[in-house]
Amino acid sequence: NRKAKVKRKAKRVSDDDDEEEEEEDEKPSKRRGQRRRTKPQDSDEDDEGDKKSVASKASKVSGKKGAKTSRKEESEEEDEEDERVSKKKRGKAASKKEKEEQNNDKKGKASGKDGDNKDKKKKKNANSSSSSSENDDDDEDSLSEGEIAALMEQVEEKKKLISTIRSKPWRMKKRLLVLKEAQQFVEKFEGALGKGKGRRLYAFKVMMTKKLIKFNRDFENFKTACIPWERKIKEVESHFGSSVASYFLFLRWMYGLNLILFGFMFGLVVLPEVLMGLPYGSIPRKTVPRDEQDTAMDYSVLSDFGGYCKYSVLFYGFYNSDRTIGVLKFRLPLSYLLTSVGIFGYSLLVVIRTMARNANEGGDGGDEGEFNFSWKMFTSWDYLIGNPETADNKYASITTSFKESIVDEQENQKDENIHLRRFLRISANVLILCCLGGSGYLIYFVVKRSQDFAKMDPKKLTWLQNNEVEFVMSLLGLVCPPLFETIAELEDYHPRIALKWQLGRIFALFLGNLYTFLFALFDEVTAKLETEKSIKNATEWALSEYYANYTSFYNTTDVPPPNVNPADVIRGPCWESAVGREFVKLIVSDVQVTYLTILIGDFARAVIVRFLNYCWCWDLEAGFPSYGEFDISGNVLGLIFNQGMIWMGAFYAPGLVGMNVLRLLSSMYYQCWAVMACNVPHERVFKASRSNNFYMGLLLLILFLSMLPVVYSMMTLSPSFDCGPFSGQEKMYDVVIETIDQDLPAFMGTIFSYASNPGLIMPAILLMMLAIYYLNTVSKGYQQANTDLKKKMQLVSMSSILLLSFF
Amino acid sequence: MGSTSSQLDKDALSEYQELTFLTKQEIILAHERFSAMLPQEYKGATNIRLPMEKILEMPELKSNPFNKRICHVFSTSQPNDGSLTFEDFLDLLSAFSEAATMEIKSHYAFRIFDSDNDGTLGREDLEKMVTLLTGDSKDTSLNGEEMGQLINNILEESDIDKDGTVNLSEFQHVISRSPDFVSSFKIVL
Repeated sequence: NRKAKVKRKAKRVSDDDDEEEEEEDEKPSKRRGQRRRTKPQDSDEDDEGDKKSVASKASKVSGKKGAKTSRKEESEEEDEEDERVSKKKRGKAASKKEKEEQNNDKKGKASGKDGDNKDKKKKKNANSSSSSSENDDDDEDSLSEGEIAALMEQVEEKKKLISTIRSKPWRMKKRLLVLKEAQQFVEKFEGALGKGKGRRLYAFKVMMTKKLIKFNRDFENFKTACIPWERKIKEVESHFGSSVASYFLFLRWMYGLNLILFGFMFGLVVLPEVLMGLPYGSIPRKTVPRDEQDTAMDYSVLSDFGGYCKYSVLFYGFYNSDRTIGVLKFRLPLSYLLTSVGIFGYSLLVVIRTMARNANEGGDGGDEGEFNFSWKMFTSWDYLIGNPETADNKYASITTSFKESIVDEQENQKDENIHLRRFLRISANVLILCCLGGSGYLIYFVVKRSQDFAKMDPKKLTWLQNNEVEFVMSLLGLVCPPLFETIAELEDYHPRIALKWQLGRIFALFLGNLYTFLFALFDEVTAKLETEKSIKNATEWALSEYYANYTSFYNTTDVPPPNVNPADVIRGPCWESAVGREFVKLIVSDVQVTYLTILIGDFARAVIVRFLNYCWCWDLEAGFPSYGEFDISGNVLGLIFNQGMIWMGAFYAPGLVGMNVLRLLSSMYYQCWAVMACNVPHERVFKASRSNNFYMGLLLLILFLSMLPVVYSMMTLSPSFDCGPFSGQEKMYDVVIETIDQDLPAFMGTIFSYASNPGLIMPAILLMMLAIYYLNTVSKGYQQANTDLKKKMQLVSMSSILLLSFF
Repeated sequence: MGSTSSQLDKDALSEYQELTFLTKQEIILAHERFSAMLPQEYKGATNIRLPMEKILEMPELKSNPFNKRICHVFSTSQPNDGSLTFEDFLDLLSAFSEAATMEIKSHYAFRIFDSDNDGTLGREDLEKMVTLLTGDSKDTSLNGEEMGQLINNILEESDIDKDGTVNLSEFQHVISRSPDFVSSFKIVL
């Protein structure tokens, strides 16, 4: 009741005065019964008004005593004075309390009589010894406890009102008024509640909450100020609409993700090795071999990531396998392994969190066809558009989509030659499968050839032969998507469905290429492992020979280690660094191709159209080439695949993440400039947000797919014997097992061995599957309940219409 | 620049932050833009109303088909001529801001679409909306038959109690399912 009253009071601001007068009239008649109840409040008011300190019990008692034994007029005066002096809300609350007590009294016996009895009892108590006054006090304290609790409740409500006031659709003036009232009420009573022992904690809590709220608000402001490129994206938005801008928002999100991953990798792996590890040239793995040294600084070698680049922190091979390094005993191999796994874990967390947030905001999209027309009508206009040309385009596209959907509805029954259509679609799919297979084979072939090239003398190879793999992959990525689009003309789908098919096919193309590339690479790895074995045997044989000679020559058993310059030591092939190099080269060439495409495909085209238009037969701007449109889906897919390659390659080349950060940064500025200078808004405007979760879903899939090769190599392939942080181990994860055995207390080892027991893992997996099944059933149940409720609503409204028609 | 920002005092700024979904920078920017549109002799005065024509010159609202309706909905002037004070302007930006909730946006969207202010979206309201959305030129507007068909389809989808109009709760029900609404119902200075 009280709560409802508070809310109603908040809204009916203008009715305040009436209520107050009403209450004041009632007061004198019920004064006697209420006097006792109002006293604690009066005394609180006194304390607050006079001294700010916590009133001692004695003064309180005397104050109360005085109020009790004095004439009734005094309390009445105080009441009236309070009423006059204090703000409206407070007086209302006090009088409201009186009303409540009134009601309570009425429920019991006759009010006046009751009050009299209580009054007399009080007077008797007051006149007796001080001990009874203590009883009195306790009595009154317990009363004020209840009241104070009720007061606290009110204050909390007011605070809630303040925090939610911006979500109420009122006018600003009304909101201001309500806010001021609520704030004053809260201030007054928080002060009152802060008095007395035990209340200090409450007052402190209140102050801390206020400070926390202010701090939160300032922090939110600061965070929004820190977000980069807001202006740029807003400009793009107003010119091109929200769909193009969604690409740039995605780019910025990726940049943030990569920045954090770079922080992890750099801080936990690269920096310790640089600061605390051995410097360049001290051990064989960190030195350029003797026969490569004269070409190590050449630009062509460096741009191929050989020479000094290969033997630097960029690649896996540089890291030493000492268990702990430096003064701080930093465990580098463990950190390397855990960071690589942690990168996947963190990315997974962030992607899923973003997907959940998108799903919450936008509805699940499950009811796609349900509100077709209404959505077109109510949500199709993009309020961010600030450019008249874009607005005209938008009008045209809305009209087209209206007309289309009207026609669609009517044409749904029309049955064209269904057999011809089916045949065409199947043949189109067959053609595309052939293309995909062809491109996969091409890549395999080229990678095998590059292995043969690697065996030949590097100086005799042309640039093309050196970079054949990357060249072929980029070419395929450029040529195949338009090819797919032309073949898809055969299929005759609705544009949105056609777009989905196109995206799926491009996805399959990239995936196929990437995995073929990986298979070929890992074939190479096994070949390298074979050579490694032979080299390892050779080194060990040489070492044992040296020991034998030394012992026989000097006739001692105390043999110093061989004094060989690190540059001259025989090296194994170090397959991890080779794999890392391949990835880095691939990504660099990918970036180059993207930038070149933009430069030629968009910029050069725009320049030609603009300047040749004056002296050309037909209108270039409206006719054939015209200005390009920004290819959203192509760019987003490119970004996603780039990220997939980064995830795959980060394990073998820790510097890759840093390079990606630079690439994304430059990409942002370059593409923003390109889109504003060379592109025109789309003719058909597609909605961005519905595809948002689609792209996130793709990203998630790529994350899993790129985790597989890394996990596979960690689990099954053995590390090189002379390079990288895991050299000397049987398998890479042995580092973790070693740490558990040696560094952690014994019981943790037993815990881990229990946890990795198949007998425990199988039931856990079963449990998770059961949980998924259960949640699925629950969600189906909710959907069913939804449709039932809708039907019920229709029935109710229909029956009410029928009823009305009878009267 | 310095003179305009000092006009918005700290108390008012913190109050506006409490009352709207805007951040401090957005409120300050809104104040600058609003003051820039005031004629010279009124600069520095408070509670000044900007007439609707001035507001519609802003690039963010100029190309919007619903610009006049927006001004009328957020205006608190007595004859309701679409003029806005600074507080009305802040109300507008708050409802269209990134952080505003779905309820606020759908509430205001309903009022914007309701051209005759009768609390429901009837056939005339919907027809007016379609005309605004399809632009003014002849080749982009729908003819009478298409219009009728479209409105029938819309009413069929959204009018749950079949009374021929779309009221606020039906509207909110339709809008809350849409994934595009919150992201497209945005105006940023």
